[in-house]
Amino acid sequence: MSTEVSEKGSSQDREVTREKMDEVVIRFAGDSGDGMQLTGGQFTATSALLGNDLATLPDYPAEIRAPAGSLPGVSAFQVRIADYDIHTPGDAPDVLIAMNPAALKKSLVDLKPNGIIIANTDEFNDRNLKKAAYDQNPLEDGSLEGFRVYSADITTMTRRTLEDSGLDVKTQDRCKNFFALGMIYWLFNRPLETTSEWLQQKFKNRPEIADANIKVMKAGYNFCDITEVFQVRYEVEPAPLEPGTYRNIMGNTAVALGLVAASRRSGLPLFLGSYPITPASDILHDMSRFKNYGVITYQAEDEIAAVCAAIGASFGGSLAVTTTSGPGLALKSEAINLAVMVELPMIIVNVQRGGPSTGLPTKTEQSDLLQAMYGRNGDSPLPVLAAASPADCFNGALEAARIATRHMVPVMLLSDGYIANGSEPWRLPRVEDLPDLQTDFWSDPETFEPFLRDPDTLARPWAIPGTPGLEHRIGGLEKEDVSGNVSYDPLNHEKMTEYRMDKVARIADDIPELEVTGDQTGDLLVLGWGSTLGAITGAVKAARRDGLKVGQAHLRYINPFPKNLEEVLSRFEQVLVPEMNTGQMAFLLQGRFLKPIISYTKVQGKPFFRPEIYYKIKEILEP
Amino acid sequence: MTSNTEIPVLKKKDFQSDQEVRWCPGCGDYAILSAVQSVLPELGIPKEKFVVVSGIGCSSRFPYYMDTFGFHSIHGRAPAIATGIKVARPDLEVWIATGDGDAMSIGGNHLIHTLRRNVGVKIVMFNNRIYGLTKGQYSPTSELGKRTKSTPFGSVDNPFNPLSLAIGSGATFVARSVDIFVKHLQETLRRAAAHDGAAYVEVYQNCNIFNDGAFRYMTEKDSRDDNVVYLEHGKPLVFGKKGNKGIRLSGTRLEVIELVGHLGPENCLVWDEDEPNPAIAFMLAQMGPPDFPTPVGVFRAVEAPRYHEGVSRQIEEQIETRGQGSLEDLIYSGELWTVGEGGKITGGRS
Ligand code: SF4
Repeated sequence: MSTEVSEKGSSQDREVTREKMDEVVIRFAGDSGDGMQLTGGQFTATSALLGNDLATLPDYPAEIRAPAGSLPGVSAFQVRIADYDIHTPGDAPDVLIAMNPAALKKSLVDLKPNGIIIANTDEFNDRNLKKAAYDQNPLEDGSLEGFRVYSADITTMTRRTLEDSGLDVKTQDRCKNFFALGMIYWLFNRPLETTSEWLQQKFKNRPEIADANIKVMKAGYNFCDITEVFQVRYEVEPAPLEPGTYRNIMGNTAVALGLVAASRRSGLPLFLGSYPITPASDILHDMSRFKNYGVITYQAEDEIAAVCAAIGASFGGSLAVTTTSGPGLALKSEAINLAVMVELPMIIVNVQRGGPSTGLPTKTEQSDLLQAMYGRNGDSPLPVLAAASPADCFNGALEAARIATRHMVPVMLLSDGYIANGSEPWRLPRVEDLPDLQTDFWSDPETFEPFLRDPDTLARPWAIPGTPGLEHRIGGLEKEDVSGNVSYDPLNHEKMTEYRMDKVARIADDIPELEVTGDQTGDLLVLGWGSTLGAITGAVKAARRDGLKVGQAHLRYINPFPKNLEEVLSRFEQVLVPEMNTGQMAFLLQGRFLKPIISYTKVQGKPFFRPEIYYKIKEILEP
Repeated sequence: MTSNTEIPVLKKKDFQSDQEVRWCPGCGDYAILSAVQSVLPELGIPKEKFVVVSGIGCSSRFPYYMDTFGFHSIHGRAPAIATGIKVARPDLEVWIATGDGDAMSIGGNHLIHTLRRNVGVKIVMFNNRIYGLTKGQYSPTSELGKRTKSTPFGSVDNPFNPLSLAIGSGATFVARSVDIFVKHLQETLRRAAAHDGAAYVEVYQNCNIFNDGAFRYMTEKDSRDDNVVYLEHGKPLVFGKKGNKGIRLSGTRLEVIELVGHLGPENCLVWDEDEPNPAIAFMLAQMGPPDFPTPVGVFRAVEAPRYHEGVSRQIEEQIETRGQGSLEDLIYSGELWTVGEGGKITGGRS
């Protein structure tokens, strides 16, 4: 595939140095109305088709329409592209596109020394400078020394490009992000076709809008080509990805696809009960489009009704799911406990966000771990899984469904805002390779007892209404072993409590053992769970290159833990657990294994950066 | 019924479970249980198609005593669980047993939304105007001034009118009966069962332990006829021991008239339960002592789209127009690229 664009005024006319980079981190930042998510998404799609490995991280304000030009109103999209296997959207940007002063101010702290700033000078007027609390124009006062600043009148040039378009100025201005995108496409030598085609598709019914955006994007590209803004063009070669077919995927979409896959592989109809909540709503949005897959999505009146409807659907024989985030999970607790008690399968997807209370709705955190484990009355165990990356959310959903239906138990799948909205290339599985989840309902009235357990799994029968002869009652009151009748017998209660515990504990026999990568024994094990995988992987690699004896393991199964976890812990002198909370996993591990854990925590609403974990490893091993 | 397999003739005892019924002796719940167990076998529906869902409270023990599929759930949430069952399994007959605390207080939100959506579930709300299971606190239907364990100086908490709430929520079937009005209760339940959509039946139920006699004024032989007016479709609202009183609509208000002299039943409001405008039904729901008799019967029975059918229809339409989705197509959608052996990259699938 050619990466050259055959436009007139080719850059061959003048001297342009070409520089190879193994990776680059670009951040598009602007006002929330500036279309930065979309612009970043387009750069990502184009780069994916060029074969780069990539990872993305959107960062948008909690307010839907914060005042234009203000600091809280800044919306940013970070993408990292590389010619090798990467795991995170990058730590510090190499390139910052700042569509206004507020965007510059917010991102400048993260920018690499000598990084590139592309600023839309039109927006650096007195009013906007004031809104961003700048006394002077940073583009002019020398404060950006140490960065490479490229200023362009992006708004003016956009308007000029569209002078004859017949569009009003407001509509014209809405195209300016494509001018910036065109500039970035030139700078990184990317073709414009993917975005052009996408625009034509998106604005099928309004071709004048598609044309205007394409024209502006080309103008941005040509502007760089003709003028001598940049002396250098950068190349990032394709990454040697494993052979296969890929798509770029966000965690929330991967959950939705994984659930549909589980429905198909189990033969169970899929029912989602949900209530809108950031950052989980996209799962509901995605699944509500899958009607021709027989998927029922039910937007309930509240979080409680959403989970209760899922329990009802499960009783009726559906693969039942409820999706939410922390505060919603708190509301669902009582109903989840009912599912534990009546031993019906259900999947609870919790896309964690910053807490407590409403907390930081659009920011990421892993602080619902203990809520997932213990946030219910009584002794109420349920399996807890955690997805480790956007694409891994697909596996997580499938696995949650497998455990739920095989063991007749509600299963909690933890994701978080970082992987829910972040994306990465996903090597697509072949449908025939997906696990067979074939599930059968009980049908024989002669041998039926509502709480007669499978001797291996301790699962009770799934007996759905409509089956003659299986009429029975379930409920939240304690039940007698086998018959399921209400029972207040003290010894029966103890026995049933133990069954519920043991049933979950036995799932350890049905999940893979924990794998260690890097050193198999040694000075330090870095043990992670959930979305920290990428940062930990990068940090451990770097530390091992320095000659340190470090192993890495990642927990996808949190309850029960993999059978060999204790043995793995014993192979290392010290154990480091980085997590985006105040040490909840460390607490679980210490309580369970009585082994000292070095807890490394971050609760800033942001994921870990590789260097943070790398330096922590160094600090421990080379004090 | 679409299936042509023969349905065995069912009897009341087929709906009685083997569990010992554990309400207080003399509780009105027994009569309601008996009425439901009498009506369900008549409907010509196989027993395994029935699901009875409840929340928490005395009345919510109901499913245990029914030999059907049953779900005794958590406080207030029966309508939400029942909605999930009905939407996922429209072939089932879903009944809800609930009380004034369960439905009107902790579960109020689910109740109004279930009625508004017109999900085809049958809600029987046992109103005894007290919390029985927790041993005698006032409920959201207890009258002002009521002295209970939690209101020793009398309640200052204005009560709900359950039927006004239901009508205001857009309920398509709203009715009221009384535990000991055996025939009337059965007939009301029959009507609820026949209604296509959400049916809401308030049953006045005597809690002889914590609120005995709450409805005595309308159940005692000598006061009953003067305090109860039966709503019968197409008939004038006439009541009283000798049929000598009626309800008349005068301007924007209802009034009680004595049927003497030139005033006769033809001057009374003729009851129209399927009137699309719910205003008169709402006014009737507000009627009661001391100035008015208490209406029982069907307040509202109208036809409206049913949520669960809309959900099923949309799925059918999408399958019709787009074809049954294939998992392969779903996974392999969006912008695809293929990495070949040796790292060669091409757009699309391999
Ligand atoms: S407390 Fe009242 S409502 Fe409850 S069972 Fe006893 S009499 Fe019936």
